Amino acid sequence: MKAGKAKAQGEEGLRQSMSWLHTWAGLIFGWVLYAMFLTGTLAFFRPEITAWMQPEIQARPIPSVQAVDLAQRYLNEHAPDAKRWFITPPSNREPLIQMLYQVAKPKPGERGFVRVKLDPASGQAVTGRETRGGDFFYRFHFELETAFPWGRWLASIAGMFMLVAIISGIITHKKIFTDFFTFRPKKGGQRAWMDGHNVLSVLGLPFHLMITFSGLVLFMVMLMPAGIQAVYENPRQYTDEVFKSFKVTPPLNQPAPTVPIAPLVAQAEQHWHGRVGRVTVNNPGDAGATVTLVRDAADGVSYGRLAPYMRFNGVTGEWQEGEDELSATVQTAGVVTGLHLGLFAEPLLRWFYFLVSMAGTGMVGTGLVLWIAKRRQKARPGDAREAFSLRLVDGLNAGTIAGVVFGVAAFFLVNRLLPADMPGRQVWEVRAFFSAWGLSLVYAFLFPRRKWQDLLAVAAVALALVPVVNAFTTTRHLGLSLPAGDWVMAGFDLTCLAGAALFGWMARKAARARKAPAKAPARARAGKPVAGKPVAGQPVAAKSVAAKPASSHVADASTAQAAPSHVVYEPRGDTP
Amino acid sequence: MMRYRLAVFSRTAAAILGGYALASAAAACLAVWLPMGRADAVTTAQMLSFVFYACGVIWVFATRNAWRAWAGILLPAAVLGGLFLAGRAMGVA
Repeated sequence: MKAGKAKAQGEEGLRQSMSWLHTWAGLIFGWVLYAMFLTGTLAFFRPEITAWMQPEIQARPIPSVQAVDLAQRYLNEHAPDAKRWFITPPSNREPLIQMLYQVAKPKPGERGFVRVKLDPASGQAVTGRETRGGDFFYRFHFELETAFPWGRWLASIAGMFMLVAIISGIITHKKIFTDFFTFRPKKGGQRAWMDGHNVLSVLGLPFHLMITFSGLVLFMVMLMPAGIQAVYENPRQYTDEVFKSFKVTPPLNQPAPTVPIAPLVAQAEQHWHGRVGRVTVNNPGDAGATVTLVRDAADGVSYGRLAPYMRFNGVTGEWQEGEDELSATVQTAGVVTGLHLGLFAEPLLRWFYFLVSMAGTGMVGTGLVLWIAKRRQKARPGDAREAFSLRLVDGLNAGTIAGVVFGVAAFFLVNRLLPADMPGRQVWEVRAFFSAWGLSLVYAFLFPRRKWQDLLAVAAVALALVPVVNAFTTTRHLGLSLPAGDWVMAGFDLTCLAGAALFGWMARKAARARKAPAKAPARARAGKPVAGKPVAGQPVAAKSVAAKPASSHVADASTAQAAPSHVVYEPRGDTP
Repeated sequence: MMRYRLAVFSRTAAAILGGYALASAAAACLAVWLPMGRADAVTTAQMLSFVFYACGVIWVFATRNAWRAWAGILLPAAVLGGLFLAGRAMGVA
């Protein structure tokens, strides 16, 4: 509306139209963005989550040189005819030797790539329980479990809406600095929500802007082909020039033994004074073989996708080409994408990533709830269409904000509860995630009055059960992992408990808020209503920012929802 | 109400489709004209194109009427596209 009417009223008109844009650009993909933010946050701990989900695997990393030697021996034996080998030497975060090879002629219906993990101690393939582990969150974050390339497009479009929402949000808030210090929980309702949303957004603003823009940059070859088409004949030429280390070199189709790779790794590590993060062998066993070494992503901010590399002749071991310093532009692109991936971040910084990204999740969550809070204030009584859209959005909000968290917990629980040797179990873990989310949505629409408190409670209980079930099904529970200093297991369990506490607290808030305005007649069973003013806000933002702001403000959703205008929003649901 | 919806629809189309056209034109133009190696020029152009897209969308919703919204998107897109074609014809890149 504002967009249309905003006559030349100068600044005020601009802020109105930007507020409109912010509202709608944020809402349309809000639920997708919430799920993307949450899973992306978890993906910062991708290897740690995988480690937790395969508790039977315990390994210690060994130096890259030895690891590559073991890997080459294994691949020579099991995949001599492969088109390509990829070897990832172990690191402190991922102690297993990871290998991937491309089968020359996969039989129909078989996958072209085979993934193997070696135990560095034995050199044998490791067989843990089948699970997608942290990779599930990583993939879901940008593919949304949708077929290639549609999921990536959908996620990117959502990202573009996010970018627009952030920019229009900044323009809307001309008092961005003062707003940062403004939090008026006692004012209740919409005001408290607004302040909470502002704090979460402004606090992490540089991060939110960076993560949204860099997410688009990561897919720019797919998203914006025009720039490439303008200069190159095909995108492949461009990617070969920029991502040189990924270049596929052609075979000569003459057999020749491949050079031992370990000495090359030693040479590269000495030269870089850093680690080798990936070894690629094109055409192993062929006269045209090449060995490409890439520096580890943990060695530099810009190395996430665009790291220094060296290429050697795969038969003679002769140096062919390489780059230690990428061009300034490519390095800039490397920093942009590297910041998004966060692979360089050491534990403390990684936890900051996790927290500020949780604040981002909270920003999306509070924004969604704020849509309801604001709109309900303005709604005219008896407007059926308005009531419908409020009910729809509120249902989606509850079913997603609590439901995705419930899904994550269900994913972890099923990992422990299914038999470890069950075939295809990783599929059931994913199904558990989506079933829990789906059921939450159904519940939200079936029980519109109880949905917030119940769903938040369910998410809290499910999260709290994760360490409990872990204690019953493994020997690596908190009682042992804490004294042993096993921080992957202990950190995981403790984070689940912290999440459970947060959601439990929000569920309690929601329950109180629901009862508070129930002073209306015919609500005899309202236990002990929290007298007077709506419980909105409280020290929510301040507290949650410090701790784990996920979607803390959700709790107050119900406040906002229950408070002002009952007339418009009278759910038919379970009101007796 | 109908009028309002049409106005929103028109602006949304200008923002999403027009914005993408503007971003593509900017990417192509910069890729050709930026005085750097071609890989660097394309990388810079690609990254900046998202900034053009975002600015385009903001313009569409900030400006007074739908005509200005469309014009503000299509004119720059045409200019940038023309510069790209001229650059290519002259063999700049």
